[in-house]
Amino acid sequence: MKILWTISGFVIAFLVNLFFPQVAETVRIKEYVLGGFRVDDNLAYRLVLMAIIAYYVAYSIFLILRKSNGNRAVKFYAGAKFRFAMGIALAAWDVLGTKLLILPQPFFPGPAIIMDAFIGDTEFILRNTLYSLRLFAAGFSTGVLTGIVTGLLIGWYPKARYWILPVLNICGVIPAVAWMPFAITLFPTSFAAATFLIAICSWFPVATMTADGVQGTPKALFELSRTFGAGQLYQIFHIAIPHAMPQIFTGIMTAAAFGFTTLVMAEMMGQPGGLGYYINTSKVWSAYYKVFAAIVVMAVLFSAILKVVGSVQRYVLRWQKGVVR
Amino acid sequence: MTDIFNREEILKIQNVNRSFIDERSGEPRQILKDIQFSVFRGEFISILGASGCGKTTLLRLIAGLDSVQEGKIVLNGKPVLRPDSKRGYVFQQGCLFPWLTVEDNIAMGLKIRGVQKQNKDRIHAFIEKIGLAGFEKNFPHQISGGMAQRVAIARALINDPEILLLDEPMGALDSFTRAEIQDLLLELRKERNTTMILVTHDIDEALYLSDRIVIMTPRPGRISEVLEIRDSFPRERGSAQFLEKRSQILERFDLARVTPTAEYMI
Repeated sequence: MKILWTISGFVIAFLVNLFFPQVAETVRIKEYVLGGFRVDDNLAYRLVLMAIIAYYVAYSIFLILRKSNGNRAVKFYAGAKFRFAMGIALAAWDVLGTKLLILPQPFFPGPAIIMDAFIGDTEFILRNTLYSLRLFAAGFSTGVLTGIVTGLLIGWYPKARYWILPVLNICGVIPAVAWMPFAITLFPTSFAAATFLIAICSWFPVATMTADGVQGTPKALFELSRTFGAGQLYQIFHIAIPHAMPQIFTGIMTAAAFGFTTLVMAEMMGQPGGLGYYINTSKVWSAYYKVFAAIVVMAVLFSAILKVVGSVQRYVLRWQKGVVR
Repeated sequence: MTDIFNREEILKIQNVNRSFIDERSGEPRQILKDIQFSVFRGEFISILGASGCGKTTLLRLIAGLDSVQEGKIVLNGKPVLRPDSKRGYVFQQGCLFPWLTVEDNIAMGLKIRGVQKQNKDRIHAFIEKIGLAGFEKNFPHQISGGMAQRVAIARALINDPEILLLDEPMGALDSFTRAEIQDLLLELRKERNTTMILVTHDIDEALYLSDRIVIMTPRPGRISEVLEIRDSFPRERGSAQFLEKRSQILERFDLARVTPTAEYMI
């Protein structure tokens, strides 16, 4: 029953795309030849819908076969109605945006037209996605690492706290993009400049949260380790850091969200590549369907990144109450 | 029974004074005054007193977690200056490392000294001994308070300390679990002949476990009396001797108590 709710919306979207007549005449459905097959935008869109349906069916069968009534199943079934609504929304969008062309164009193209960007522009989108990923990885990892080190210094050494914490508090509230004019002149490449901006904005939350976590470590834990003969380094790396881990991850999650914003802003304002750059160049040609395509990629990419960070977090913090699977 | 020991002094506490700066008044307040006693090898000593009498401070000084201002604490001929693995310490609330499994908590001291690998069997023997077989891979939040305290005791003892310091380790437990841990302590002591010092405010606990009871009185904390209990182990909690000793101690506390001023009387 739940599975019907889950897939029926997408099935309706599929059927609507297949059977609803193309009323509006100005819409151009392009056709491509991919690997010997003739694929047009509508077919590509339907293939995506089919993939979604196939995925949900497979997952449901997996749950039924494992007789899983646990968290996973409950969570999956709870989303059934929302997925139905998603399918209906896609169908409506398809009708309004492509079939009848009621939505104002070229700002709100239908889903099939957005698919055109993915087929016709595959390589360019891929290249820009990889650029964004590379830029984000560089900036984010730099920011997180320096953040942990800064937080550790502040949390551990009172002197460092005295001198660094005010600087952190002052610099932390400034939106990273405000540094852009300096970054562009101070760094040799625009890639390095954007890396710096992303690093700065992820550095702040990680540093504050790390400092918090380190400082909140119960004194008894340190004393106990000293009765086992532990030195200062052991106390930092085996007690202060593990104790701060939950806060560090909270910081990292916030940093990721800040990082996405800064990444796209930086790319839109002066990068030779990236999804932000892709949006800008597409906008110039009024190719709004490509803008949408870039937004879709961002949604997928950024939530994938958050998922990865989240699963690392769950693994690292598996000792915590309430995060046991 | 103290008589069977060869009376070899392992720990000497000589004229120890300690005061702390009172946070509110900013003036020094004496916590320990003229503390002096010796502990013999293999002995079980309880430091008994009401809260605020400085008994935990004294234990921390012995552990080396706090420094002595006046006087001296000597363990095996060497003055105590800082904590080390020769003195095992068990805190009030188990104090396990929440991110380490039961097994890793117990192995912590060995790991710090880099001898964890050689001692795999010993770790397992200890886990069996404290009745936590099957819980090796559990994290502290998944075990009960009594279990956590057993782990804390094993974690201290696995380092073969010359002396085990217990800071009200049973204070936060229900009375059944408390009795279990008390028996575990007696058993471990019989097996390993470890010298133990227990800080407690529970008279029955002190009577059940100790060869000698050091009674302390507060403000400033000092030793009012050292009682020797010669009854053999295991002791009967309801026996006539036990109850007699109990009322004896209660009496001491009554005597030590300052008569309250008659503020509320008309």
